[in-house]
Amino acid sequence: MSTHELKTGPLEYRTQEGQMSILGFWIFLGAEVVLFSTLFATYAVLFGRTADAPVPADLFEPGITLVMTFLLLTSSFTCGLAIHQMRAGSLKGLITWLVITLGLGLGFLGFEIYEFIHYAHEGATLQSSSFWSAFFVLAGTHGVHVTLGIGWAVLLIIQLVKRGLTPVTSRKVFVISLYWHFLDVIWIFIFTSVYLIGMVV
Amino acid sequence: MQLDEFFVTGEPLIYGGMVSIVLVTSAIIFLLTYLKRWGWLWREWLTTVDHKKIGIMYILSALAMLFRGGVDALMMRVQLAFPNMNFLNSQHYNEIFTTHGTVMIIFMAMPFLVGLMNIIVPLQIGARDFAFPFVNAVSFWSFFFGAMLFNISFVIGGSPDAGWTSYTPLAGAALSPGPGQNFYLMGLQLAGIGTLATGINLMVTILKMRAPGMKMFDMPIFTWSTLVTSFIIIFAFPILTVALALLTIDRIFGSQFFTLTGEGMPMMWANLFWMWGHPEVYIVILPAFGIFSEIIATFARKQLFGYKAMVWSMILIAGLSFLVWVHHFFTMGAGALVNSVFSVSTMLIAVPTGVKIFNWLATLYKSRIQMTTAMMWSLAFIPSFVIGGVTGVMLGMAAADYQFHNSYFLIAHFHYVLIAGTVFACFAGLVYWYPKMFGHKLNERIGKHSFWWFLIGFHVCFFPQYFVGLDGMPRRVFAILPEWMPLNVISTVGAFGMGVGFVIFVYNIYYSYRYSKREEKGDAWDGRTLEWATPTPVPFYNFATLPEINGRDAFLSMKKNNETTFDEERLEPIHMPSNTGQPIIMMAILAFASFALVFEWIGLAVIGLIGTLIMMGIRSFDYDDGYHVEVDEIKKIERSARGL
Amino acid sequence: MKHMTKNKWFSFFLIGAVMLLSGCNQLVVFDPKGPVAQSQKDLIMYSLIFMMIIVVVVFVLFAFMVYKFRDRPNRKSSDYDPDIHGNTMIEIIWTVIPLAIVIALSIPTVQTIYDLEKPSAEGTDEEPLVIYATSADWKWFFSYPEQNIETVNYLHIPTGRDIEFRLSSADSMAALWIPALGGQKYNMAGMETVLYLQADEPGVYDGRNSNFNGEGFAKQTFKVHAESKEQFEDWVQSIQIEKPALTQEQYDTLLEPGLTNTMAFSSTHLQWVDHGTNEGRDYSIERHEDAYGKLLHLENINKSNQPQEVGE
Ligand code: HEM
Ligand SMILES: [Cu+2]
Ligand SMILES: [Cu+2]
Repeated sequence: MSTHELKTGPLEYRTQEGQMSILGFWIFLGAEVVLFSTLFATYAVLFGRTADAPVPADLFEPGITLVMTFLLLTSSFTCGLAIHQMRAGSLKGLITWLVITLGLGLGFLGFEIYEFIHYAHEGATLQSSSFWSAFFVLAGTHGVHVTLGIGWAVLLIIQLVKRGLTPVTSRKVFVISLYWHFLDVIWIFIFTSVYLIGMVV
Repeated sequence: MQLDEFFVTGEPLIYGGMVSIVLVTSAIIFLLTYLKRWGWLWREWLTTVDHKKIGIMYILSALAMLFRGGVDALMMRVQLAFPNMNFLNSQHYNEIFTTHGTVMIIFMAMPFLVGLMNIIVPLQIGARDFAFPFVNAVSFWSFFFGAMLFNISFVIGGSPDAGWTSYTPLAGAALSPGPGQNFYLMGLQLAGIGTLATGINLMVTILKMRAPGMKMFDMPIFTWSTLVTSFIIIFAFPILTVALALLTIDRIFGSQFFTLTGEGMPMMWANLFWMWGHPEVYIVILPAFGIFSEIIATFARKQLFGYKAMVWSMILIAGLSFLVWVHHFFTMGAGALVNSVFSVSTMLIAVPTGVKIFNWLATLYKSRIQMTTAMMWSLAFIPSFVIGGVTGVMLGMAAADYQFHNSYFLIAHFHYVLIAGTVFACFAGLVYWYPKMFGHKLNERIGKHSFWWFLIGFHVCFFPQYFVGLDGMPRRVFAILPEWMPLNVISTVGAFGMGVGFVIFVYNIYYSYRYSKREEKGDAWDGRTLEWATPTPVPFYNFATLPEINGRDAFLSMKKNNETTFDEERLEPIHMPSNTGQPIIMMAILAFASFALVFEWIGLAVIGLIGTLIMMGIRSFDYDDGYHVEVDEIKKIERSARGL
Repeated sequence: MKHMTKNKWFSFFLIGAVMLLSGCNQLVVFDPKGPVAQSQKDLIMYSLIFMMIIVVVVFVLFAFMVYKFRDRPNRKSSDYDPDIHGNTMIEIIWTVIPLAIVIALSIPTVQTIYDLEKPSAEGTDEEPLVIYATSADWKWFFSYPEQNIETVNYLHIPTGRDIEFRLSSADSMAALWIPALGGQKYNMAGMETVLYLQADEPGVYDGRNSNFNGEGFAKQTFKVHAESKEQFEDWVQSIQIEKPALTQEQYDTLLEPGLTNTMAFSSTHLQWVDHGTNEGRDYSIERHEDAYGKLLHLENINKSNQPQEVGE
């Protein structure tokens, strides 16, 4: 209820509103975990049901997925560096690392789109069988999350340029960093349980 | 698409519906224009972020939906009492039971409870508003437009007709072409977003905004039930989101999740649906438990017996509710082991539920029961719900369920828990908190008439259904065997009794608005919890000041110590959020996108989605920080409200 | 006075219980005609005893509390104690008793669940009679592979012998339910579920689809003719001799969504498709994709909602 602002501690935690937003976002991520778990479960149930379409082992390639993984993991790291800069009070450092993070994210997306188009050419589309439906929706949902994250981050960078580091902007940046790390974790699961398993089975 | 495919044509019932929709809408528009109330409507209601007003809008919408679902119910009962009249043909009957079930659970029970939570929870914990008032408004409008979208299917495009459970493959594109099923999917999806957001909002509010000194185990029990419910919402609703999305993608974009072609798996829908669906039934019963606990403690003039056991049993029920979903399809042939495990887990839920029943009974022991209308609804709940509960346990015994499943025995069970639980609680809660919301009580004498009609009607309607179910009558049939006729006629009589009860209830709202004595103090029932510490009408900022809370029944000890929520020494400016039109606009655009998706107009849907994203971007750039209510103004408001 | 009310309530429920249990005999679930329905009835009766006890205990306590502690003039002040907040002992008791009841219910439940998964004559050398029961919007096909005959919308079974129903569906999910003989199980396309039932007494019983599957659902019913072994054999022979063989063309037409009368054939559709296998799951959709959207405009017909019996 109070509007009192703390004078110490990370900027994003100084107001009660900041604290509540961050807690709310953690809870939201909890819901996102359930959402992705459901998609993973669906994928697992439909595994192997390829009907007349190609099987995943024929299409999945280690090279491209490793590159995607590398890009996203690195972006998570640079996102951490961005927050580090923010804590150190450096607006310039923050923005620089955020832009690098976005660049890596875009690279990831580019590869994912290429990959999807490639599969479609080989005869594996959303419509070809329940397995491929599950694959495209699981990976696609992650991809859409990344896309939204990039759009959101662009808006935040504009706000940072306009307003500098305030409790509000730093709270927003902190929240999106949580989001970005979360997407990274989800990707690790997709990489291992979809691609790695799909390649060997 | 031809216009005559767009509008549902050729059905007298539906023409009647269209005409009445047009008439009611024009009447509302006319009245608003004539009374010059458009500006007022926009400023005071459509753009509000005040939890109390949003709550009232939820409850009004829920009452409207109760009416719609109730009319559906009466039409079904007429058909079953006089099947040879052919009042409804098979297709109509299927559409009506589908919309009835969906409307009642998604657009009546949940919003009604969420409305009560909206109004009461911040007041019970001494908070200024929700943690995220803007999000709260977004939630409301997403529910509202979801409900409108679902209801419009009646006249545009055709209603869904695959049951509220929407089982595949029946509900898939191959077996149910056309927009009907899409209305179900998009309407629920839209409302579901709001529900999830509300869950998060309530959880943060309760965890972070409690009055100084109020520990978790000091919270009023209704607030506890809300917290537990929000936990279930957060973990169950994403499952529904995914299930609906997958079926939507199946129907509109041709994927193969639940199809008969492409090695799809129709059974998976039933699993996903009930992994959400069973927790969902607890989402609508736990708040009801909370409401009854408050009311029983107040009118027994006694502390709630076994507060901690009450809380822990709710937590246990919430946990178990995620582990029993298979009991909705024991007959799918998953094998003896699976059925045994889920039988036992299902029956286990009865243990914490039983504990709660005994705690309520013990609360009555050595009490002084005041037979107010709210109390009568709450007392009637106990024996009625027990019947629903024990038959639930019988359904949980898989081997027996093979005979009960899909029969009227099941129908009787869930109406005994949903009506005697949720609906009674909504009525009880509305009657109980009505003076807080509107500044006057509902008339007690008329309220009791409505209670008795509804209660007796309810038992007359649903008790016979246990027997007709045991006689082999399946659910969802529009035509019945002659030997089931007598019990069905009795049921229909009971249903109309409930209808009379509802009409009296609504009349009572009008009557009390005209004639009830206005409340002068805030404490209408000599209450125990903080919501009664505020003056009536509640100032928009809720609490001017709050004493340090120690212990349960905070207001009771405040009264003892002569404390109020207006301590002039400690006044400080209060920070409030500003009203905004963004939530309603954002959700209207999203509703437009959903409507376009229903008819598979992809271009328009994309435009709508982009519009929604733009609205979110605008919100992100909106640094409106609200405003402060200054000390002088607080003093003025409080003094006049308290007659000082 | 106090005792009077308590007794009144109690006898009220006792009478209610008796009425309930005695009235049950006409209800089909309580009037079993075979061992499966019998074991389910036994289980239900067993559970009903516990349920009645719970209901009676709660109702009596409830009536007592509400009557005794209602607010009225001249109450003894010792009858009011607003500060009771709990009692560990009693709370433990009313947690443990329900738990004990759940255990008491679980044991026979699990037992029965396992029993129903196998034929009642398991272990003897009598093999169950196999019948493929296939649902298709909105009719039933019963194929007797051993006898090489197939019926539509009616069923003949011998008494005293296990019937092994192999359930599947050509399209929507259905459930085969013959309440006089026992509980239901789902029919699904692309997979096979197995339901064991048996009739002890000759008679004609109602069977139906109990799982909602669209416009014709209410009329997807059939009669079960349970008869002695000899009569059953005679019937099989008459079908084999008198009825035509089922052609694939005719079968495909029959699959189209809609209602049909009873029929019989001296061959089965299993020769070219078993809808319970992965290969058979889209057989009907591929042939009738466009027919599923059409409405039948189905109304209730006076008296009978059964498929018309023709030429039996
Ligand atoms: C003692 C606790 C309860 C037990 C053991 C229980 C058990 C069951 C079981 C086993 C079924 C499935 C039966 C079948 O489909 O054959 C069922 C259905 C249902 N129950 Fe309960 N139940 C309990 C309490 C509740 C409560 C509190 C609610 C809601 C307020 C509820 C709402 C429903 C609904 C809506 C259905 C049917 C859904 C449908 O098929 O359309 N139940 N219950
Ligand atoms: Cu299946
Ligand atoms: Cu359930």
